[in-house]
Amino acid sequence: MELVELEELLNEVRQTFKSGKTRCFSWRKRQLEGILEFLHDKEQDIFSALKQDLGKHKVEAFRDEVGILIKSVNYALSNLKKWMASQKVRMPWAFFPSSAEVLPEPLGVVLIFSSWNFPIGLALEPLIGAISAGNVMVLKTAELAPASSDLIANVLPLYLDNKAIKIIQGGQFVGEQLLDCKWDKIFFTGSERVGRIVMTKAAKHLTPVILELGGKCPAIVDTLSNLRDLKVAVRRIVGGKWGPCCGQACIGVDYLLVEDKFAPILIDLLKTTIKRFYVESDNISRIVNKQHFQRLCDLLNESSVRDSIAFGGSSDYETLKVEPTILVNPPLESLLMTEEIFGPLLPIITVKKIEDSIEFISKRPKPLAIYAFTKNEHLKQRIIAETSSGSITFNDTMVQYACDALPFGGVGLSGFGKYHGKFSFDAFSHGKAVLRRSFLIEFVCRYPPWNDMKLHFMRCLYRFDYIGLLLMWLGLKRE
Amino acid sequence: MGVEMEENRGAFDGHRAAELMAELREAFGSGRTRSYEWRVAQLKALFRMIDEKEAEIMAALYSDLAKPELEAFLHEVSLTRSACQLALKELKRWMKPEKVSSSITTFPSSSEIVSEPLGVVLIISAWNYPFILSLDPVIGAIAAGNAVVLKPSEVAPATSSFFARTLPAYLDSSAIRVVEGAVSETTALLEQKWDKILYTGNSKVGRIVMAAAAKYLTPVVLELGGKSPVVVDSNVNLEVAVKRIIVGKWGCNNGQACIAPDYIITTKSFAPKLVEALKSTLEKFYGEDPLESKDLSRIVNSNHFARLTRLLDEDKVYGKIIYGGQRDEKKLKISPTLLFDVPHDSLIMKEEIFGPILPIITVDKVEESFDIINSRTKPLAAYLFTKDKILEEKFVNNVSSGGMLINDVALHLANPNLPFGGVGESGIGAYHGKFSFDAFSHKKAVLHRSFGGEAPARYPPYTLKKQRILKALLSGDIISLVLALLGWPRS
Repeated sequence: MELVELEELLNEVRQTFKSGKTRCFSWRKRQLEGILEFLHDKEQDIFSALKQDLGKHKVEAFRDEVGILIKSVNYALSNLKKWMASQKVRMPWAFFPSSAEVLPEPLGVVLIFSSWNFPIGLALEPLIGAISAGNVMVLKTAELAPASSDLIANVLPLYLDNKAIKIIQGGQFVGEQLLDCKWDKIFFTGSERVGRIVMTKAAKHLTPVILELGGKCPAIVDTLSNLRDLKVAVRRIVGGKWGPCCGQACIGVDYLLVEDKFAPILIDLLKTTIKRFYVESDNISRIVNKQHFQRLCDLLNESSVRDSIAFGGSSDYETLKVEPTILVNPPLESLLMTEEIFGPLLPIITVKKIEDSIEFISKRPKPLAIYAFTKNEHLKQRIIAETSSGSITFNDTMVQYACDALPFGGVGLSGFGKYHGKFSFDAFSHGKAVLRRSFLIEFVCRYPPWNDMKLHFMRCLYRFDYIGLLLMWLGLKRE
Repeated sequence: MGVEMEENRGAFDGHRAAELMAELREAFGSGRTRSYEWRVAQLKALFRMIDEKEAEIMAALYSDLAKPELEAFLHEVSLTRSACQLALKELKRWMKPEKVSSSITTFPSSSEIVSEPLGVVLIISAWNYPFILSLDPVIGAIAAGNAVVLKPSEVAPATSSFFARTLPAYLDSSAIRVVEGAVSETTALLEQKWDKILYTGNSKVGRIVMAAAAKYLTPVVLELGGKSPVVVDSNVNLEVAVKRIIVGKWGCNNGQACIAPDYIITTKSFAPKLVEALKSTLEKFYGEDPLESKDLSRIVNSNHFARLTRLLDEDKVYGKIIYGGQRDEKKLKISPTLLFDVPHDSLIMKEEIFGPILPIITVDKVEESFDIINSRTKPLAAYLFTKDKILEEKFVNNVSSGGMLINDVALHLANPNLPFGGVGESGIGAYHGKFSFDAFSHKKAVLHRSFGGEAPARYPPYTLKKQRILKALLSGDIISLVLALLGWPRS
């Protein structure tokens, strides 16, 4: 994109914001409805694009992207009026008469970076927030998902106000050009490395950012004696590892922690469940491109890692498919165990006691999600209190993503800021404190020249010592 | 104790900063700061310190800024005391996990948001309200259960050394530390990995702090400044308005406050009345020779004195002084000064003044002031004096600023139920009251599911029926869910 073009584009959206159009409820509602129409009308096109980009089955595409977006838009539409209203806030009596409120207002011109693994979902989910909050926006699609990127850039604009919402395609160079401009907020989903670059560039303009990054999300699997529970747990783990984009998900299960004694039972059940789920090869996504495919093969080929493979391990360069692979106790210093895997390789680390997994996790960078399968209430409380992560889900995987009332975001190296539900609206708003006073009732003591009596008065006032104030006023109390 | 050891060990450099960080990480890692009892003990100790050391605190503020006693009490000591009190009163409630509603999509489940401390946090304070701008964030950080390093401003050395000397005697120095110093010490601190940084100061250094934080993906709160405008309509109670403007400007550290009125905008027709009222009230408050008034802080140091006189002496501006303009370089005093109709491109209209000079610019219609304000970077505060409710609504809905007051100045920071922070160039994030607790907490989403409530539709092998069930599940619509489960519509 030419620099001149970019400047023109920015000027156009800035003018649109200045016009005040995007602040009205009706505009925001119309745009959200536009997204809903896009999702309904173009569902098949979305499925094709995701199939083309990632080999995603349409049920997976619906479950993880389209269906989630429909839910999010509907939630925003039902709650928008409430979110836009100012929140009245209590004032201490000393300030009577006055009223105070926090009024949400749009930040202005916001920049959203999408990601390739959920190229529709991760583009539109922040867009919903930015629109609800009344901003104008520029969305940069993910170049590693070209079919989805084309669809969003060429078809979505037909449903939205193009003077306020601009969609740009492009790679790293375009991203850098965008980052050199001044924004009122930047929302970034992606890797830690690029997250740093985004925040460093944002610092030049004091632009607030939200960084949705990743990390190694562990799943603790306690010894489950009830076979039915175990089967449910395993289905959820398998579904949470290979279901979302073949392991290429920021909140996907990265590795498991299980007690030595229980591991063989768990592994057996994992194997049978994998075989049952992935009979059809089209029920699992493929690796996004050759670079990531190679990266995953390199992870497997590191010395001693190959030896720990207990299931799977094969890959096909032509189809970019890597088999669901289970490894047992690969070396902890291997890249597989130090970097976010983002692929269909599942290391299982065994511990003596399941409680040891708490220390294992807390020694490592804070992940976006922690999963724990257990009925032990005490263990659950310890996990909550002694580990830190964006979120914790007990006895399931991935589903926290679908909860509108829960904030979705990271902590530490997994990012900062949050969105989903009302948090999306807040993410793109400024909560302006507004205090209104009248001219009635003046406290003479506020004004100079000051003296001890006035100081004493203020002492009473600020302790909200109303009796003291009354006595002073009546002349009955001296300092 | 801790402080003496710091002094004897020479300069605070990168090596010392790394050691400090290691000690605090260990303290935080021990879990000590997370307990309710620890947090309450620290807050109670701070509260006691403020009461027991009030005279020393006021003396330090006088030494640093010649701050009048009433101001020092009102704006620094008493507000810090209230912040402590509020935290003590509310802490149990703030610490409790917040139950939130679960959706039908994950039925049966229960969800909550758990507040947890971020870890080891850095607070860099400013010189103009050196007491409260240091302790107010510290109170929030402690309430949230973190280990804290406070770096007070070196431009207010008496207050800085008060903290270095006194905090260790009241607080748990294994987890709460003071590092005194200037640029090199701050740089050494910024090279470490913090879990959060709260910086109060100017936007130039704010950028440096954020860039340093970016290396470690550390979230920041930046409390910066800007040119806070005051719009004065003709439909006002002029006497009260003028008193409030004056005390909000010169009664707040002699204009050296981030939310002090920076400039006034009023209509050409109303300006003469406003100017007269300002002049007479200024004289009433500060006397005929304001350089002698005891009720005005001094300019903090000779650098700022030179900066302010430079603003006044600019060619474009010199002839526009309509009141005041006297200076005393030895005493670092500048009298309350009014300027009238200075050019919009003068230095004084471009930079944040942060001093006892108040330019008044005029417009034909009062609404034009909104465009002037919106053409500049967003300020920390914006003020409007009017009885006209329609003008008031227009102002609130069309002007963006960190916070906003109608018919008064500066008070909003005294209400702990209001978030205090900027937007755009005036800052990122907010604090005060519960917002302080939240600023230093991570809000962790916790979802509890049981093994019941299985939805086989989630799993492969994928079929059309499963797709329908998922559609219904995600829509939260019970009826279509039941129908889908029953196999309707039939294909």
